[in-house]
Amino acid sequence: MEKQFSVVGRRLPMLDAAAKVNGSAQFTDDLMLPGMLHGKILRSRLPHAKILNVDVSKAARLRGVKGVVTGAEIPDRQYGIVPKARDEYALAKGKVRYIGDEIAAVCAIDQEIAEEAVELIEVDYEELPSVFDPLDAIKEGAPIIHEGVANNTSFAIRKEFGDVEGAFAASHLVSEDSFYSQPVNHAPLEPHSAVAQHDPIRGQVVLWSSTQIPFFLRRNLAATLQIPESRVRVIKPKVGGGFGQKIDMFAKDFCAAWFAMKLGKPVKFTYERDEVFIGTRQRHPMYLKVKTGMTKDGKILGQQFLAYADGGAYNSTAPTMMALSCFFLMVPYHVPNLLYEGYHVYTNKPVGGAMRGHGIPQARFAVERQLDMMAERLNLDPAEIRWKNSIKAGEPHPGGFVINTCGFAESVRAAAKAIGWKEKRGKLPFGRGVGLGGASFPSGVTNMSHISSGAVVQVGQDASVNVLTGAADIGQGAETVIAQIVAEVLGVSLDDVRVTAADTGATPLDPGTFGSGVTVRAGNAARIAAESVKKRLFECVADELEANPEDLVAKDGVIFVTGSPEINIPFAKALKAYQYKDLPMPLVGRASWMADTSEPTTLFNQPGNFSPSYSFMTQAAEVEVDTKTGKVKVIKMATAHDCGRPINPMLVEGQLEGSIAGGMGQALYENVITEKGQVMNPSFLDYGFPTTLEVPEMESIDIETDDPVGPFGAKEAGEGTQLSPAPAIVNAIYDAIGVHFNELPVTPERILKALEERK
Amino acid sequence: MKQAIALEVNGDTYEVLVSPNQTLLEVLREKLGLTGTKKGCDLGACGACTVLLDGAAYLSCLMLAVDAVGKKIVTIEGLSQGGELHPLQKSFVELGGLQCGFCTPGIIMTAKAVLDEEPQPTEESLKKKMAGNLCRCTGYKKVLDSIMGATARMGGER
Ligand code: FES
Ligand code: FES
Repeated sequence: MEKQFSVVGRRLPMLDAAAKVNGSAQFTDDLMLPGMLHGKILRSRLPHAKILNVDVSKAARLRGVKGVVTGAEIPDRQYGIVPKARDEYALAKGKVRYIGDEIAAVCAIDQEIAEEAVELIEVDYEELPSVFDPLDAIKEGAPIIHEGVANNTSFAIRKEFGDVEGAFAASHLVSEDSFYSQPVNHAPLEPHSAVAQHDPIRGQVVLWSSTQIPFFLRRNLAATLQIPESRVRVIKPKVGGGFGQKIDMFAKDFCAAWFAMKLGKPVKFTYERDEVFIGTRQRHPMYLKVKTGMTKDGKILGQQFLAYADGGAYNSTAPTMMALSCFFLMVPYHVPNLLYEGYHVYTNKPVGGAMRGHGIPQARFAVERQLDMMAERLNLDPAEIRWKNSIKAGEPHPGGFVINTCGFAESVRAAAKAIGWKEKRGKLPFGRGVGLGGASFPSGVTNMSHISSGAVVQVGQDASVNVLTGAADIGQGAETVIAQIVAEVLGVSLDDVRVTAADTGATPLDPGTFGSGVTVRAGNAARIAAESVKKRLFECVADELEANPEDLVAKDGVIFVTGSPEINIPFAKALKAYQYKDLPMPLVGRASWMADTSEPTTLFNQPGNFSPSYSFMTQAAEVEVDTKTGKVKVIKMATAHDCGRPINPMLVEGQLEGSIAGGMGQALYENVITEKGQVMNPSFLDYGFPTTLEVPEMESIDIETDDPVGPFGAKEAGEGTQLSPAPAIVNAIYDAIGVHFNELPVTPERILKALEERK
Repeated sequence: MKQAIALEVNGDTYEVLVSPNQTLLEVLREKLGLTGTKKGCDLGACGACTVLLDGAAYLSCLMLAVDAVGKKIVTIEGLSQGGELHPLQKSFVELGGLQCGFCTPGIIMTAKAVLDEEPQPTEESLKKKMAGNLCRCTGYKKVLDSIMGATARMGGER
């Protein structure tokens, strides 16, 4: 496969790397428009209360204040990212449901005045009883957080595949264990921001927003403002990380647009760091009960799950999150019989949302931990158990997934080898250990037309290539990957390609960055658009080269005849030839793409093939536990990873390394601590995620598969690798000190306590 | 209550009217339009706002603008010379030491101060000195590799 590709598969810098290192890359908060006003949001101080009255008169009278709005004034239209689960207003109407719920917003000539003004707003509350734990919230008589939602259960899912009872009866060992995953904040370095401007000529409101999903944001914003979608234009500047937290619309988007329309001036809302912790989204805390039946030699026969997710005050992505946590239990292991029962439960706490892995990390943690516990009881090697149960490509899948390529079994062996499994597992001195975790993740979603991507590839008169895509680069390098795909198809260099992205007024529809679908979905759209350009160019130069258009190849800046590279024409000259023939310019290719499947599904009701392809990975950790301080040091993390063919291995590695740090945070350090609904650690100092001091040695092994659906064989590479680091680390802690931790995070206090109890 | 001060930033002198409690970060971003310096927390906990004052790294969100009078301030915009990226910047580009890029200006300014003081740091020393700069995207590996890569590139010249 040597030099099969010229641009794809190469470690190329991001297109915007230079702008990011010299300070010229513009994020939303960097935008300064003439006459811009500044906004601030008033948030609830109570976890659950009726709003009896909001008196804004003092705030409105403050010099420099240009506008105040409360929930009572905004249109009565709820929004939410999943249509069936809309339950949120940009500003609360009638009642607040958590500390941080938005009540009102002000807009003033500067930030200081806006901050002073929100303090002057007087709210009369009637406090209501609150509930903070999902297991309490489901009880009869618990306070009702949303009218009409019985037992605070806003989404329930029950799925049965095969015969679980029969499987348990046939099992040699059945184990039932309980697990808990904590709330984790995404903590992107860039706080959420929005700038809006009313464009009186087009009669549009233009919103620049730190968003992962410009087109869904446009839809939600238009709906809540009750204006046509065509009257909203969303532009995504550089986004400083998202990890799922920037998938939803937030009050800052709505309020910036609202004031810009009312006042005719540009308006900016930027959240403070504590608002990011309290008032945006977090990973759902989840209680999980898992019952697994195995044969004597470690084959999984059946699994049963009972999951309670703590959704906090609103739904956000609830149904999708629960469905993913269910269906992805059936990869990367072959689970022939499965029963899953899951509940998304409201509490008076910060809101759960999509976060890297989206419902799967919680479930993965439970399963991967339990596999190790059962391996021990069966006296089997945890690596062998994983290998033995690996799902295979082409195998019938109980949930209807179609798995075209799968490097999982190989990844188990490769990761184990890289960490020195045979020499180390069970053989290291007390305090040191190794552990494994496996996982799989979708590459976007199949067959839903609103989850389609468009692309336009245009070749200019100077032979430069411009790609219009709606894909949302939030720092992962989506624009670079798309440009690499286009460059490869046209046989030009990456330098020749410009990307114009994520402007709902200029670029084609794209659902945005979630579910790890960007490379496959937007990449395929760009690929097909570029191919259509190439086809016309080939048709144009075929005569000159005395060849059939089908026999031409574009590579490294020239178009040549297959097998006879000496018969060629440079790309730029080919474009000249196209122009001399008086063919219509510009040379444009367009495409719309969605992942096709015969059995489409959202997974809520019927099973089916959720994604066009699935990534697979095994991660292996080596840790050292300081038995005096209880601190865990991750010494090494080895990852063997099947993400198809990586379009840009450097960016793939970057995703992987970032997920390892994220997974370490989840395993060892991070926890959004609340007391009676109040977040106690809403700052970087108190929250604490990994720094340079904690990063381990990282080794990455690429298990390359050539996926038939993805562009150039690519699959997802951004999320799956955050699923298995946490269980790998906690499994390694068991190997180190012989204690099973089934709750996250495994803090030094908990380790010391456990060591104490062991004595 | 506002006072006129003169700040020397990236070799230019700017006269600005500031309130006594205004941070250097706010003045750089809001008054001088130097938005390359980022606000990640405004509480001294992330390093995104790092700038150089007389060659040493400071968190501009913790520094009052009035206290920066008389110092030579360098921000990320002032690091490249004559359109050429600084070797540190080049290294970050080529070795993929960034993803979203929000932490990057602060990281590069801290790294500049670190390397000026210790041109050939050990990995341990570098990790310690960079620990105040948070990054949520990269897992730091390529950040550290980029800084190490720059030490070779920079040689004696800085
Ligand atoms: S903004 Fe200054 S340290 Fe975070
Ligand atoms: S690159 Fe995104 S925070 Fe560092």
